[in-house]
Amino acid sequence: MADYHWPPTDKCSLIGRRISRLDGPWKSSGRIKYSYDVNRPNMLHGKMVFSPYAHAKVVSIDTSAAEKMPGVKAVEIMTEPGKEVFWAGQEVVAVAAETEEQARDAARRIQVRYEKLPHLVSDVDPRKAGEHTKQLAEQTDGNPDQALQQAEVTSEGEYGVPVITHCCLEAHGQVAEWDGDNLTIYASTQNVSGIPGEMVRAKIADSADKVRVLTPVMGGGFGSKFSADTWGLACARLAKKAGRPVKMMLERDQELMAAGARPSMYAKVKVGAKKDGTLVGWTSESWGTGGPDAQGGAPSIPYVVRIPDRRVRHTTVLTNIGPARAWRAPNHPQMCLITMSALDDLAAKLDMDPVEMLQKNIQMTGQLAKTYSAELEKAAALMDWKKRWHPRGDKTPGPIKKGLGVSIHTWGGAGHPSNCNCTIQPDGSVSASLGSQDLGTGTRTVIGIITAETMGLPLEAVTVNIGDSKYPPDGASGGSTTVGGVSSSTRRAATAALNQLLDKVAPSLNAKPDELEAIDGQIRVKGNPSRAISWKQACAKLGTTPITGVGQRQRGNDDLLSSGVGGAQMAEVSVDTETGLVHVDKLVAVQDCGLIIDLKTAESQVYGACIMGITYSLFEDKIMDEQTGRCLNADLEFYKLAGIGDFGDIVVHMMTGPGYDERGVIGLGEPPVISPGAAISNAVANAIGVRVPTLPLTPDKVLGALGKGAVA
Amino acid sequence: MEAFEYAHPTTQHEAIGLLGSKWNDAAVLAGGTDLISLMKEYLVTPKRVVNIKNVEGLNGIHSNAEGVTIGALVTMDELLENATIRSEFPALTQAAGGITSPQIRAMGTVGGDLCQRPRCWYFRNGYGLLAKDENGKSLVPDGENRYHAILGNSGPAYFVNPSSLAPVLIALGAKLQLAGTKGQREVRASEFSVIPKSDEERENVLKPDEMLTHIVIPASSHGLRSATYEVRQKTALDWPLAAAAVAVKLEGGKVREGRIVLGHVAPIPWQAREAEKELEGKSITESAAASVGEAALRGAKPLSQNGYKVQLAKVAVKRALLAAAKGEA
Ligand SMILES: Cc1cc2nc3c(=O)[nH]c(=O)nc-3n(C[C@H](O)[C@H](O)[C@H](O)COP(=O)(O)OP(=O)(O)OC[C@H]3O[C@@H](n4cnc5c(N)ncnc54)[C@H](O)[C@@H]3O)c2cc1C
Repeated sequence: MADYHWPPTDKCSLIGRRISRLDGPWKSSGRIKYSYDVNRPNMLHGKMVFSPYAHAKVVSIDTSAAEKMPGVKAVEIMTEPGKEVFWAGQEVVAVAAETEEQARDAARRIQVRYEKLPHLVSDVDPRKAGEHTKQLAEQTDGNPDQALQQAEVTSEGEYGVPVITHCCLEAHGQVAEWDGDNLTIYASTQNVSGIPGEMVRAKIADSADKVRVLTPVMGGGFGSKFSADTWGLACARLAKKAGRPVKMMLERDQELMAAGARPSMYAKVKVGAKKDGTLVGWTSESWGTGGPDAQGGAPSIPYVVRIPDRRVRHTTVLTNIGPARAWRAPNHPQMCLITMSALDDLAAKLDMDPVEMLQKNIQMTGQLAKTYSAELEKAAALMDWKKRWHPRGDKTPGPIKKGLGVSIHTWGGAGHPSNCNCTIQPDGSVSASLGSQDLGTGTRTVIGIITAETMGLPLEAVTVNIGDSKYPPDGASGGSTTVGGVSSSTRRAATAALNQLLDKVAPSLNAKPDELEAIDGQIRVKGNPSRAISWKQACAKLGTTPITGVGQRQRGNDDLLSSGVGGAQMAEVSVDTETGLVHVDKLVAVQDCGLIIDLKTAESQVYGACIMGITYSLFEDKIMDEQTGRCLNADLEFYKLAGIGDFGDIVVHMMTGPGYDERGVIGLGEPPVISPGAAISNAVANAIGVRVPTLPLTPDKVLGALGKGAVA
Repeated sequence: MEAFEYAHPTTQHEAIGLLGSKWNDAAVLAGGTDLISLMKEYLVTPKRVVNIKNVEGLNGIHSNAEGVTIGALVTMDELLENATIRSEFPALTQAAGGITSPQIRAMGTVGGDLCQRPRCWYFRNGYGLLAKDENGKSLVPDGENRYHAILGNSGPAYFVNPSSLAPVLIALGAKLQLAGTKGQREVRASEFSVIPKSDEERENVLKPDEMLTHIVIPASSHGLRSATYEVRQKTALDWPLAAAAVAVKLEGGKVREGRIVLGHVAPIPWQAREAEKELEGKSITESAAASVGEAALRGAKPLSQNGYKVQLAKVAVKRALLAAAKGEA
């Protein structure tokens, strides 16, 4: 039985280095195609009709005029008359035509009659939501009331995060093409291996084997692209009806209205401590909305710092804002903002440095206490915290106030199910094949690095085959589960393939297979360069038959991976107290994620997360109009995203070495996006001396908090 | 977008002849950075699109004894690069430099900037310029009005004038030359924008058969000290939340006369006449500038969500004045 483990990091030639992503040049040159860029011969374009109402019953649909329009080839009803729509932007009918413009014009000619029904899109006050509230979840540990009564200092506050969206650079959608009973879908999906089954369940294909999903690259998902979606099904049906390939990608307004929202979360918090900063009790009343059919229990707050005595009550508000979808680290950024803001306010009341307060209570973070402690120290050094931190309220004269803020966060990140076939050809070529996908994170590169490292070959010598449902099935890419899954299966497959090769080669080197190693493009007797043959010569011994090693991420405990990470972030901001403008001058992100396969793509994940975090801290807000039930900023003009000029330095430090490397591979997609909101909000409070209760930290709210505007 | 007839005249005369008597008959296409979006959203559906980019005589920036003439087709980039404008009218350079992105500055024209339609999100979502619900009630006062008007907002119009250049041109006393089937006319920049009172009215004095051809900054404005100050959240692809353009004549360190025009706070560029009076005879100190800023917003009537814009506009006036006095922004 082969022994699966990672090579010691000091022996690695690729693992842990800064390596540029394999598909970078293909992407920047346009050589590799995103679903959005796929154009098949004879292809039609699909467009959808959306409900303009937040809640309505579809009374009738008349497609006759549209069907007579030039270029129109197929129409598909997506919401049958008699059924209800639950948000403005919900899909009702799809139409396919020769050109995008014809399809759009035809969609406008489809007459849908609606019966308007009452809607609710506002989540700011659950008491006004009446019957639209649900699931009064409650969780109590210990005796929080008593604990708070006995606390020497308490702090009360209200904090929150509004609904935001995913804003993937590449829209949702796909191209669907039939060949007889066989369906090929060029989908922008986080779940290549899962879509064929969905097509069968929807009775579109009669067997999953007849559905092929191709996603060589994609422009982001962030949790919003797990399913084929109604438009994926409609697209396949249109293609079937028309007998031609159909492309249907969402437009940006549809993206923002219907393709995923991150639930809001607001909370009234009371938290108490002893004079020395020891946290003793927490109570919170929270609420939020995740769209029309939200589920979920009480949020797990206080977040990370588990104050022993606590009571958490949560109300879900059901709204017609569009459906919630997992958003990078579901619920964590919201829980983090609420917790870390409350603790920061308490620290301010105690006149205590918030970093000190976290360190003081670090044991409450549980297993990762040592990690957090080390990360806080590292972050403090990178921020020069001790020297630059000041108590609340920058006393420097002039309108610009500077401040520092801190936050910590956690995530699981265990690998998902994964299967890999690694093939060595007699000519020496090596490939690894998995039905996984690279969302833009570096998955392809990581697989290549592990394969090459295992074979003792340069990265260029291996081919990575992913993004095709024909390859061995792999889990959906969500929850930071991909890198752990594919790393384990790839290492196993590559090791298994190599072991077969060593068996073949051993006799010619006069050695037993387990005395051999693959290194520097050679197979040699361990530590003995004189008894070696080149990789090519070794593979030639395979004759005419290639070998394939099969690797599967082990169920349950898998020595190659683990889970559970912590991270610490610190922000420095400048606030113009006359205009309420906030600028993030510096964001320090210190993160662990076990064994790092590619330091460069790992750091890139953290940089990207920091930018995403700055964006939701300062700008993002899905603005819903209660009167019309519509999202008013379903565009990238007033749904604001940070550009390159909108933030300062981002300093990333990955925790590596003893204590980290031997944990095996752990996912990294989610964790670094959790803390920016809290760290930045805390920095603003530190700068201006008062809390801006909710994100985003826009001028109206900052001035409101300073008492200089009409709104708070 | 609806199908349309496309015309590309080469003379002004021809161009005007192609415009219609109703707004829906034809639309002038300059850089297209706004018009094309409006058409794609079906917010305007002209039967004919008249591309004026090949029309003679609408390009270039020329100086003569009367002043500086800017052709309607001059792009933001050309405006930015012009040395005369940069040295004589820094407020205009500053305003052009603030406009959104390199792409829009490369394509967008001065004429298009002055004639662009408001960005009110009710308008852009299809509720009309006056943002009304099915019963004719304005959606703005009880709705999402954080970016709406704080001045000149007694209704039914609540949108803000989107142009960053208009306030500066008003401050510099510019005139706009319009050409139509009935001939040429000249209007003061300060009289170009109007507050519509009904659905039939538009937000400026242009008639459907007219186009803007030139902007003239009079020679008398040479020697003014000018500055623009904008409060923007983002450095690119974003709109000012409030802005002020000022132009002052200084004598012996004191303001002889001055103009103060606010942008993005009212359905028209808002000339703060009371504040202009208050400025006269003063030297521009921090506290004088601040009190003029207060004066400029004295009549403001914020809506439910946009009180903060009052503060922003005050600060914009103060900072613009200080920058003008110092000769920098
Ligand atoms: C994200 C974003 C941010 C922006 N931020 C700013 C900003 O901060 N400040 C700012 O000022 N602008 C801003 N803009 C708007 C931009 O400046 C305008 O789109 C541009 O100036 C329009 O010029 P154009 O030549 O492309 O006009 P077009 O799109 O060609 O025309 C615009 C309108 O004016 C009419 N028109 C054009 N020329 C004439 C003419 N000569 N006579 C009569 N009618 C005419 C057209 O019929 C049309 O209705 C922003 C735009 C975007 C998309």
